[in-house]
Amino acid sequence: MTQLPPPSEVKLGLVIDLDTCVGCHACVVACKGWNTENYGAPLGDEDPYGAEPVGSFLNRVHSYEVQPEEGPAQLVHFPKSCLHCEDAPCVTVCPTGASYKRAEDGIVLVNEDACIGCGLCAWACPYGAREMDPVEKVMKKCTLCVDRIYNENLEPEDREPACVRTCPAGARHFGDLGDPTSDVSELVAARRGFDLMPEQGTKPVNKYLPPRKKDVEIDVLAPMLEPIAIDAHGFLGWIDRTLGKLPGGGA
Amino acid sequence: MTKHEQPKVDTSPKVSDEVRQTTCYMCACRCGINVHMKGGEVAYIEGNRDHPVNRGVLCAKGSAGIMQHLSPARLKAPLKRVGPRGSGQFAEISWDEALELAKSWMEPLRETAPEKLAFFTGRDQSQSFTSWWAQAFGTPNYAAHGGFCSVNMAAAGIYTMGGAFWEFGQPDWENTKLFMIFGVAEDHDSNPIKIGLGRLKERGAKVIGVNPIRSGYNAIADEWIGITPGTDGLFILSLVHCLMKAGKIDLDYLAKFTNAACLVNDDASSESYGLILRDEAGKEMVMDRETHHRVPFDQKGVNPDLTGRWRHAGITYRTVMSLMADRYMSNDYAPEVVGPVIGMDANRIRRVAAELAEVAFDQAIEIAQPWTDFRGEKHDKMIGRPVAFHAMRGISAHSNGFQTCRALHLLQIILGSVEVPGGFRFKPPYPKPYTAHPKPHAKGKPGQPLAGPHLGFVHGPDDLAIDDDGTPLRIDKAFSWDHPMSSHGLMHMVISNAHAGDPYKIDTLFLYMANMAWNSSMNTSGVMRMLTEMDEDGNYVIPHLIVADAYSSETVAFADLVLPDTTYLERHDCISLLDRPISEAEAAADAIRWPVVDPDRDVRGFQSVLLDLGHRLGLPGFVAEDGAPKFKDYADYMVNHERREGIGPLAGWRGKNGKAGGRGKPNGNQIERYKEAGGFWMSHIPDEALYYKPWNKAYQDWAVKIGLFDAPQPYLFSLWSEPMRRFQLAAEGQGKRQPPAHLKDRVHKAMDPLPIWSAPFGDTDMDEYPLHALTQRPMAMYHSWGSQNAWLRQIHGVNPMYVPTAVWQENGFEEGDWARVTSPHGEIVVPVAHMAALNAQTIWTWNAIGKRKGAWALEDDAPEAKKGFLLNHLIHELLPPKGDGMRWANSDPVTGQAAWFDLRVRLEKTEAPDEVKPNFNAQGSPVGTGPEELARESDARSFLRAQVQATISEKLAKFKPRGPA
Amino acid sequence: MHPAPSIIVFTTLSGIGFGLLIFLGLGLPALTGWLAFIAFGTAFSAAVAGLVASTFHLGHPERALLAFTQWRSSWLSREAWLACGALITMGLYGAGAVLFGVRIVPLGWVGAAFCLATIGATSMMYGQLKTVPRWRHWTTPLLFFAYGLGGGALLAGQIAAAIVLIALAGVVQVLAWYLGDKALAATGSDTGTATGLWPRGEVRAFESPHTGPNYLTREMVFVIGRKRSTQLRVISLILAILFPIAVLVIVPGHVFAALAIISHVLGVLTARWLFFAEAEHVVGLFYGAL
Ligand SMILES: Nc1nc2c(c(=O)[nH]1)N[C@H]1C(S)=C(S)[C@@H](COP(=O)(O)OP(=O)(O)OC[C@H]3O[C@@H](n4cnc5c(=O)[nH]c(N)nc54)[C@H](O)[C@@H]3O)O[C@H]1N2
Ligand SMILES: Nc1nc2c(c(=O)[nH]1)N[C@H]1C(S)=C(S)[C@@H](COP(=O)(O)OP(=O)(O)OC[C@H]3O[C@@H](n4cnc5c(=O)[nH]c(N)nc54)[C@H](O)[C@@H]3O)O[C@H]1N2
Ligand code: SF4
Ligand code: SF4
Ligand code: SF4
Ligand code: SF4
Ligand code: SF4
Ligand SMILES: [Mo]
Repeated sequence: MTQLPPPSEVKLGLVIDLDTCVGCHACVVACKGWNTENYGAPLGDEDPYGAEPVGSFLNRVHSYEVQPEEGPAQLVHFPKSCLHCEDAPCVTVCPTGASYKRAEDGIVLVNEDACIGCGLCAWACPYGAREMDPVEKVMKKCTLCVDRIYNENLEPEDREPACVRTCPAGARHFGDLGDPTSDVSELVAARRGFDLMPEQGTKPVNKYLPPRKKDVEIDVLAPMLEPIAIDAHGFLGWIDRTLGKLPGGGA
Repeated sequence: MTKHEQPKVDTSPKVSDEVRQTTCYMCACRCGINVHMKGGEVAYIEGNRDHPVNRGVLCAKGSAGIMQHLSPARLKAPLKRVGPRGSGQFAEISWDEALELAKSWMEPLRETAPEKLAFFTGRDQSQSFTSWWAQAFGTPNYAAHGGFCSVNMAAAGIYTMGGAFWEFGQPDWENTKLFMIFGVAEDHDSNPIKIGLGRLKERGAKVIGVNPIRSGYNAIADEWIGITPGTDGLFILSLVHCLMKAGKIDLDYLAKFTNAACLVNDDASSESYGLILRDEAGKEMVMDRETHHRVPFDQKGVNPDLTGRWRHAGITYRTVMSLMADRYMSNDYAPEVVGPVIGMDANRIRRVAAELAEVAFDQAIEIAQPWTDFRGEKHDKMIGRPVAFHAMRGISAHSNGFQTCRALHLLQIILGSVEVPGGFRFKPPYPKPYTAHPKPHAKGKPGQPLAGPHLGFVHGPDDLAIDDDGTPLRIDKAFSWDHPMSSHGLMHMVISNAHAGDPYKIDTLFLYMANMAWNSSMNTSGVMRMLTEMDEDGNYVIPHLIVADAYSSETVAFADLVLPDTTYLERHDCISLLDRPISEAEAAADAIRWPVVDPDRDVRGFQSVLLDLGHRLGLPGFVAEDGAPKFKDYADYMVNHERREGIGPLAGWRGKNGKAGGRGKPNGNQIERYKEAGGFWMSHIPDEALYYKPWNKAYQDWAVKIGLFDAPQPYLFSLWSEPMRRFQLAAEGQGKRQPPAHLKDRVHKAMDPLPIWSAPFGDTDMDEYPLHALTQRPMAMYHSWGSQNAWLRQIHGVNPMYVPTAVWQENGFEEGDWARVTSPHGEIVVPVAHMAALNAQTIWTWNAIGKRKGAWALEDDAPEAKKGFLLNHLIHELLPPKGDGMRWANSDPVTGQAAWFDLRVRLEKTEAPDEVKPNFNAQGSPVGTGPEELARESDARSFLRAQVQATISEKLAKFKPRGPA
Repeated sequence: MHPAPSIIVFTTLSGIGFGLLIFLGLGLPALTGWLAFIAFGTAFSAAVAGLVASTFHLGHPERALLAFTQWRSSWLSREAWLACGALITMGLYGAGAVLFGVRIVPLGWVGAAFCLATIGATSMMYGQLKTVPRWRHWTTPLLFFAYGLGGGALLAGQIAAAIVLIALAGVVQVLAWYLGDKALAATGSDTGTATGLWPRGEVRAFESPHTGPNYLTREMVFVIGRKRSTQLRVISLILAILFPIAVLVIVPGHVFAALAIISHVLGVLTARWLFFAEAEHVVGLFYGAL
């Protein structure tokens, strides 16, 4: 239903580590693969072999260049899918009730059979997390793999989102952000995870871990390179002296 | 407020009817996959958690496998050309007709001049088999794609330390504290590297990326060194200089495990000048520190003297270490001297050296694991130097790449960080010294098989594949004076040499799995012309071209005969310890592919086709005694072929009862056992043997036991390369075989037995062509073959030329602009984009996104054809003529590695054209184009969904909305 | 935002249609019989055509009935109900006037209120969106009301009211442009804040996730050149506001009124096109389009 349920205790979501994401798009395609064969209609592609292929994807990886005041420019790969917001504006705008937030775990879903494809929810989402399927004309969005995470037909270790399972770098984490003692919550606390566009008041559940500081100059290492010799001759002499001191060293 | 209502979601839907486990082949990384089947169709592909390579993860390509498997570009039947070459006009023919046609071309060649068949393979994962076929045919002209790929890395590693990066070794991800990665965008080991980087990040280990471009792995590196292309060798040797000068080197390691203590003949007038002193048995000799006696390096109790000097019979012998001191202590490598060339501050070079030293020595680690070395000396622990390195084509695809790769290995070795905890580790069948590899074989006799494998490791001029008059025996001139140590051949030179009839003309060119008329050739337009050029009699200059491909590629359009392969989910394959297995540093492992679905077209697995062709040609090894085919198909070969007694393509479940691992009699149930086990076999290396493998008795014994080699073969790392020195000696006028006059200087310079840096050949006209131009592999695309994939091509459908800030501003570029990019060889007109995190003298683009119109079942107005482009048009396979009019191959003078990254260009803004230039007329598509809409789901699922939707529409018809109360 | 023709037509026509109905409901003019038939016919055609046009934009118009369910939270749902209420009450009212020559005055008032509310609901579909700072502003409902009422008055032949209301629309429009141009900047959001990377330095979108367009870039990342937008603003002001007012003031009369109406409708269509085309959706920040 279009009205939001009271905030749930369990808040399932993703934590994405921008310090580790190499921008490989593995999560993008694993998501497409899983969701094409599961939850709702397949993720369609229009003009797939032609001039302007446009398909629906529930997760996309951007990249940004950051120019710090000092030092070289940096590149940050930036995966983005639905953030399963607590105050999800995409839900409240929906005229049909197709968009809803689950009361038990906070997952925001679209009931595709009730979706009229008006697109209003996609307009309401600040993050670009909803895409109209070009073939089925229903609204598509990240389901947080609701059909994996509780799926009793999967091995317990596989009950996690397809994108998390596939991420080669381990940059994606899944868990209960409502529980401050969960692994993901602790990770967020330790790494100062942040919200995207807090000014939109959506209270996203998903969190992002910032890239660590880069290109830091350490200049306390100079003694490491104190010369022991200035030429080949002196160098060999040093070797002799040093080996002589090693246990078992000769003359 | 009403109560919150929500639909019921089935959170436990059935995932699939069945999971079939096989090996991915969306690239050469060889990950294990779980193929979920629904109603007999492939429904979903995910990584296999138990697999040693990918441990459950899968890259973008791997997950998109289903779209490759169902690609509209799949070839459907054997094809015979009916239009002119390149037009893509074909008639479908039967397999029998196709194979008889091939036979009719090949049979006469075998009887008269087997070298007139050239068989070259691209992303071949069955090289031990394809080379065996070529060997049986008797042509010297066989190689896989290593020559244009990264032979510098492979050869430098094997010649120096008996193993290489590639996918043959890996950092000790779990223990390393400082990881330095040179020139890697993606690599063959793509998932393992990403998994490894993830582990480093988790542990907070530092990553330094050395790359002109800061994307991908370099983007997450804690420190980025945006080096000027082609100068890594200088940077590395400067680090070596700093470390040696500070005495931050592992003396014990150098003395015991490398040839640093070996005695080198230092008498310029001697025939053996520069060669290592050996005993009668041929063992390298060192001086013992205690006794001052010369003893073979492997003697028990020896304490090799790194600084020893010996005079005997008028000849002075010095250690390799003292030769190294002469070279690397020199001011030529001082950071102040080197800095400006590589574009780096001298202090920063020093700081990196200091960091390496600090981590290697002050943060050394120990593993409480006793082990025994090959001399019989017992060690109670394993000492680790937790600095690890990895490198790939960024350093190797330059004309100075071989020496740069050697330089990097030198750096690793003086830090004592190879095969130790926290350092770099080999994966079985490595370590394996170059001396344990075969030497190349190229002299054939009509009607006879070749005496041994084509490719190998030369030890000196005697092993070259040349005639008595010095003429190369191979069409690619591998193992000739042009490129003496070209262990992987030079596939990029085959078409150009064959077209020029230099060293001779050939009749039939047989290409498997390589897109040679497009992205894997230099000078693509030229190659397309060479393939279509006719002689005076109206015959094609290269008379016959057979292409074995699975898809409608650019090269297919040029074939006279096309042998359509299956997709990777429809055939047997063998990822064998005999060539490029799936081993990890802790285990030997191999794997299979098997048909998880049967092909729905008239296509056949290429290896089975090759077996059939071998039988038709009556090749030895392919015909049983009764004249029937020796092997029914490739699966039969995988199980029953034996290379040596008890050693076959697959190491797992051998022996009658299937209990033997490694060595054992063939087992008829072997493939079933692989399937049950998830598609792979793995044998763990004992704990005692996990490190120090080249010198570790326990490892050597284990390797013999599982059949990696037949006797223990401990060896020393070759800091000083004797094979190279032998070529230098020849260039100095020693020996029977000497380089031709015009190559003497070049050979002498290139074959320096100690790593050295020289400017890349491309760096000649730097005023005219001030910029470096590079390509990088996109992680979500595999060369040309990803573009047929409806999912992947949305990610990379066009490739702009990325331009650094200064160049962007100088040219007044704005988003959407185009530029003309000119090299000494040609020009292209392409879209540009701005990138700040880029070396200031470098421009770059994604590799192999551009497509020829009509290829890959794409429509003619596909963005890949209109806005995507190849850099290859700017790269010539030959360097510009020198003073004497001679043109050298654009390759490393040592190995023949294609120097893709030597390219220099200039660029200027131009009007935006309709499409990139050059552009070519559309090739005909033997498979048509793809559908206009896709909603990929299995039939089983779409049936279910249709049912659900029918009930819903019924409900909806009865639905009456409840209004505001 | 992508200026989808169906939505532009929908909002323009239904706005004018409901605007006209408001005046008819208020008895301005108080028509019966044939004249009422023509007037109500025109109003209904415009309003219904607009509503029908809006369904062209739906992926699944066959499920449109479901859009009535979420009136508690959704402005679109509310609009659906209000439009129905408006059409039904005004339908009854109109039927009385046309068929029986009877104007049930209270029904007309109720109908007019429904119509006004419908226009308001339509405007709130846009005005509620925090993601489009230009729209989330008091000028948005005012603009819809002014255009709806101005157009309605014009069609209803209420010259004086038309002049005032259209002039008011002009003022609101200019204000909306002036304030709207600053709305995005006023939120303080940029690519740096959107990505949270701002503390590290200047943030610039480097590569898009996919090289081609996607639903989001097509639907929400529509960029219009400043020059083109200025031109269109001037044109729409002339057509929708200045020319009709001039005509009404200078040459009253049926023939010229028709010209004024045509001009006004074209002008509103242009303004509505701009309303969408100029609206910056914050998702554009992720795509480096803003
Ligand atoms: N500018 C530039 N050029 C480069 C490089 C570069 O860095 N820069 N890199 C070079 C390097 S290292 C390499 S390795 C080459 C790679 O270049 P290629 O070896 O040409 O690789 P692909 O484009 O993948 O083409 C391989 C062919 O195999 C076919 N194929 C795919 N799957 C199958 C199958 O299952 N069976 C069969 N029979 N065929 C199949 C494809 O259809 C395609 O025609 O490119 C080289 N070219
Ligand atoms: N996804 C994907 N994976 C692949 C492939 C693919 O096509 N797609 N191809 C496979 C093949 S055949 C190969 S050979 C491997 C190759 O894997 P890589 O070795 O990673 O090959 P490239 O993508 O060519 O990357 C070369 C890198 O070197 C950098 N570079 C260029 N010149 C220099 C230099 O002078 N110094 C330094 N330090 N860096 C430099 C470039 O910026 C680039 O980042 O990848 C394999 N894996
Ligand atoms: S799979 Fe992981 S590393 Fe790759 S793009 Fe997605 S989050 Fe980043
Ligand atoms: S990210 Fe967008 S789609 Fe997801 S809950 Fe938040 S507003 Fe809704
Ligand atoms: S598109 Fe579907 S889910 Fe989104 S608001 Fe419209 S009806 Fe609701
Ligand atoms: S959680 Fe599932 S649906 Fe969401 S992005 Fe990941 S794979 Fe896609
Ligand atoms: S790296 Fe990707 S494409 Fe290559 S084998 Fe592994 S999963 Fe397949
Ligand atoms: Mo390669």
